[in-house]
Amino acid sequence: MSAREPLVLGIETSCDETGIGIVRGTTLLSNTIASSMDEHARYGGVVPEVAARAHLEALQPTIEAAVAEAGIALDEIDAVAVTSGPGLAGALMVGVGAAKALAVSLGKPLYAVNHLVGHIAADLLAGEEVEYPTIALLVSGGHTSLLLVRDLVSDVELLGETLDDAAGEAFDKIARILGLPYPGGPEIDRAAATGDPAAIRFPRGLSRASDFAEHRYDFSFSGLKTAVARWVEQAEAAGTPVNTADVAASFREAVVDVLVTKALDACARYDVPRLLLGGGVIANRRLREVALERAGAAGVAVRIPPLSLCTDNGAMIAALAAQLIMSGRRPSTLAFGADSTLPVTEIQVAEAPLDEPPFGAPQRGAAVTR
Amino acid sequence: MILGIDTSLGTAVAVVESDGVVRAEASSDNPLGHAEAIGTLLVDALTGAARGPIGQTGAPEEVALTHVAAGMGPGPFTGLRVGIAAARAFALGRGLPVVAVPSHDAAALGIVLSAALTDPFADVPRFAVVTDARRREFAYSVYDGIDDDGIPVRVAGPALTPRDAVDDVLAGLGAERRDVTVISASMVAALAGRAVAAGRELTGPEPLYLRAPDVTLPAAPKRVGA
Ligand SMILES: [Zn+2]
Repeated sequence: MSAREPLVLGIETSCDETGIGIVRGTTLLSNTIASSMDEHARYGGVVPEVAARAHLEALQPTIEAAVAEAGIALDEIDAVAVTSGPGLAGALMVGVGAAKALAVSLGKPLYAVNHLVGHIAADLLAGEEVEYPTIALLVSGGHTSLLLVRDLVSDVELLGETLDDAAGEAFDKIARILGLPYPGGPEIDRAAATGDPAAIRFPRGLSRASDFAEHRYDFSFSGLKTAVARWVEQAEAAGTPVNTADVAASFREAVVDVLVTKALDACARYDVPRLLLGGGVIANRRLREVALERAGAAGVAVRIPPLSLCTDNGAMIAALAAQLIMSGRRPSTLAFGADSTLPVTEIQVAEAPLDEPPFGAPQRGAAVTR
Repeated sequence: MILGIDTSLGTAVAVVESDGVVRAEASSDNPLGHAEAIGTLLVDALTGAARGPIGQTGAPEEVALTHVAAGMGPGPFTGLRVGIAAARAFALGRGLPVVAVPSHDAAALGIVLSAALTDPFADVPRFAVVTDARRREFAYSVYDGIDDDGIPVRVAGPALTPRDAVDDVLAGLGAERRDVTVISASMVAALAGRAVAAGRELTGPEPLYLRAPDVTLPAAPKRVGA
């Protein structure tokens, strides 16, 4: 295998996007995504069984499309990479089953990796020099995590995460309260465009001084959700028309404020003047604006990968595996499974022990013939 | 040679020659852990197949696969999908076609073949393959012998029935109940071989889920009160 610039195919199926990515080292060759989002719209959120069925349907055509776009032959790849977790168990298993079979079929090594760390690795594909350490804020419909990344392949620390809803889920739920369709993020954004973000002072979860001892970098959006619902109900009960634009803008401001405040607090406290944003909620324009504005004032450099690399994708999984390979990591054994609660400290899952020739290593002999 | 994969009950992998001779089998009866098991079982079956037909000793030889056979269920969805995904990805890696096989049909072939071993002249009475479908239901398919292509003739199913109604349902169909707890990947591959030889398709590319996804349409937002 070319350890300098390995050609890696990454498979990501942790939520509702079937993502197949192909990278050579840090060069992006394909980022192909099939989303089942439309199928979830009528349910107001991701339905795990619907997502898993969609992954199985999309997998083969998505791999074929990615290979065609990358202009490679499948047997040229140096390794297969796959998300082992965290995510929806049934959805993850589709990707794990496919990745193992593809690796065995091609006789290539397999790297099982962490989805959240993959979001950080996405930044490597943006084409600029990346510096560590960095604080990373990952916000999507599935996760809201604040991380301290000292080294991508060996040292990622979880500073905090959401204790209840993910930020993206909060957007979906508030959209429903306001009678807006799914997914809520872009709908809230649209509704908020003409609203006053200071019209209503909604609560900022886990932001009191008393929260700081235990939950300084954790998030909670359930109280905010209740506050918005109550505000709307009271307005309706009083017969005052609900100004959707003001509610949306004020709600969004509360979410953005908490996210950015905690992220910049972490930058200051750990003396890390760099902040990386990732996850699908980064599509939210107000979040990017406020982050850039306040980070600028605090002397913190903000990195935002292209949006297509912020949402869940296979390229970030391939990029992380490429880094693992370049740093000399051995492949994973074939015995791992899907881990829906995989901690962020487990960057690679099931690295083969030193005394065991990993599958796909050159010394495998006649085990697999082609 | 045909690689067979079935994860509708346990996890099973086999390599079978196109005439049905079994080269290698590797399986786990665990009704869970399909994603964990599938990779190692694939390697074991392929390694075994490279040693030649079971019982033969000698130098490893080329395993020249022509097809990948996928057991399409019915079976618990989460596990079932692992095998189908694996079959498709493996086939993609080697540029091979996938042959979709109803898992009950493979079980039926096994039942007919083992009955023929006991008494080649006896007729197998109409029977039903019955497997666990969880949620207090069984999945069943009814068979009436095998046809000229050597493919079991399915006359009913696959379908679901409440567990306590299964015997009445099968009596109504005149079928003898055969409970099946293991699907043999060899039978999946062997049946695929017969279907390919006959130029027939046994089922479509959709897994035999038999149930719509479990979802409830959202109600209006709950009131939170003052
Ligand atoms: Zn994600």
